[in-house]
Amino acid sequence: MIKESSLVKENANFSEVVPAGDYFIKVIKKGQTFRILDLEGNQAADTLFYNAEEPTERYSAVDTIREQGNVYLSTGSKLISNENNVMLEIVADTCGRHDTIGGACATESNTVRYAHEKKCMHACRDSWMLAIAENEQYGMTKRDITHNINFFMNVPVTKEGGLTFEDGLSAPGKYVELQAHMDTIVLISNCPQLNNPCNAYNPTPVEILIWD
Amino acid sequence: MTTLSSSKEATPGSVLYEDKIAPACHWSLRMRKGTTLKLIDDEGGANVGMLFYNPENMLEKYNAPDTLKGQHTFKLTKGNCLYSDMGRVFCSIVEDTVGWHETVCGNATKEIVKDKWGEKNYQEHHNGWNQNGHNSFLVELAKYGLGKKDMAANLNLFSAVGVDDEGNLQYLENNSQAGDSIELRFEMDTLVLLHTCPHPLSTAEEYPRKPVTYQIIQAEEVSDDDYCMNFCDENGRALKNNEIYHLGGCCHD
Repeated sequence: MIKESSLVKENANFSEVVPAGDYFIKVIKKGQTFRILDLEGNQAADTLFYNAEEPTERYSAVDTIREQGNVYLSTGSKLISNENNVMLEIVADTCGRHDTIGGACATESNTVRYAHEKKCMHACRDSWMLAIAENEQYGMTKRDITHNINFFMNVPVTKEGGLTFEDGLSAPGKYVELQAHMDTIVLISNCPQLNNPCNAYNPTPVEILIWD
Repeated sequence: MTTLSSSKEATPGSVLYEDKIAPACHWSLRMRKGTTLKLIDDEGGANVGMLFYNPENMLEKYNAPDTLKGQHTFKLTKGNCLYSDMGRVFCSIVEDTVGWHETVCGNATKEIVKDKWGEKNYQEHHNGWNQNGHNSFLVELAKYGLGKKDMAANLNLFSAVGVDDEGNLQYLENNSQAGDSIELRFEMDTLVLLHTCPHPLSTAEEYPRKPVTYQIIQAEEVSDDDYCMNFCDENGRALKNNEIYHLGGCCHD
């Protein structure tokens, strides 16, 4: 559901532009709201969440899908952890639909999806691997890397059980906003994918904004 | 009753072992490359939660998103391969009389079971307790030094969940009938965790207690015209990754 935010960019406590191919990792405090802004349109922000107090509690795509009874994420979606707690809620969304079935790109899965010759091209999982390696304070390893949300991605599921990657519903300036129900580590890979027409083979920056 | 045949006498298609998993139970086993696991829904309405790990490196595990997006499908059936997060195939669905198995709804937890069907603890009900899939996997994971962090989106074999135009989930009742079966041909050595606890979206009025029979079968050699390998280009490339992984010495031939 499309819902605009009343928050004003100029009043944000924090903002950072994340180029495609980079990661973003930061603790969002309980009660804070953060926005992911698709600056140039049809970009994918591959996102994972962890309880900052106890990172074994983490965003769970399957528990979120099951508990809300719907495969798509938008305004009102409560993001559920593997302990069945609400971690965050989507409080504004000008895109209308986000994916949590398609997962992230990895160099290995790129060989399957595209070609073996693509195996060394940059991928979301590599950004996450660098993020956890460079930020040892979170104590995370590959075991913590799980099934993510693809903000701004459009992956329709059909009644017949098909699944397709469609052109995004997003456009320059569209955004999604989430409010944290617990202190949450946000880990984003701004997707570097060069082989998928869904971003017109052109990965672009996103901006992260946080309000108290 | 269990049956066990000598693998030395195995010819393709011969059943090496057969056993049952009782309702609301969990188990784990190591499947070898070149063997097939056949699961049979004895009474109809079974649910089998399942996860895969590479016993050589437990960080490699079943990856539902890669499996679905790689094959552009939401449902799983004959022809589909079940992918690891490392671009390889744990196993191929070589036969399936059900037509739809789902992998996006996770497990029932203790709380979900309690809300749906009430609590039946072990003390009072012994083998008739209301066990749940989540705890079942935690127990099997712990046997191999694995834990919560290693849990992934699991398969729910014999269970189907569709969506409407708005993306709302619809649990499909009577998806699997008595005698329905699925056959998984393993393309690499695999640790298989499984449980027979109810699906989290089951609409049954009473906690469903459904046993399954499983057989370990000597698989046919994978030929160039193999149905699963040729089901889509992605499966061919993923199985090529298996071939590369096994270069220079495999294993049980």
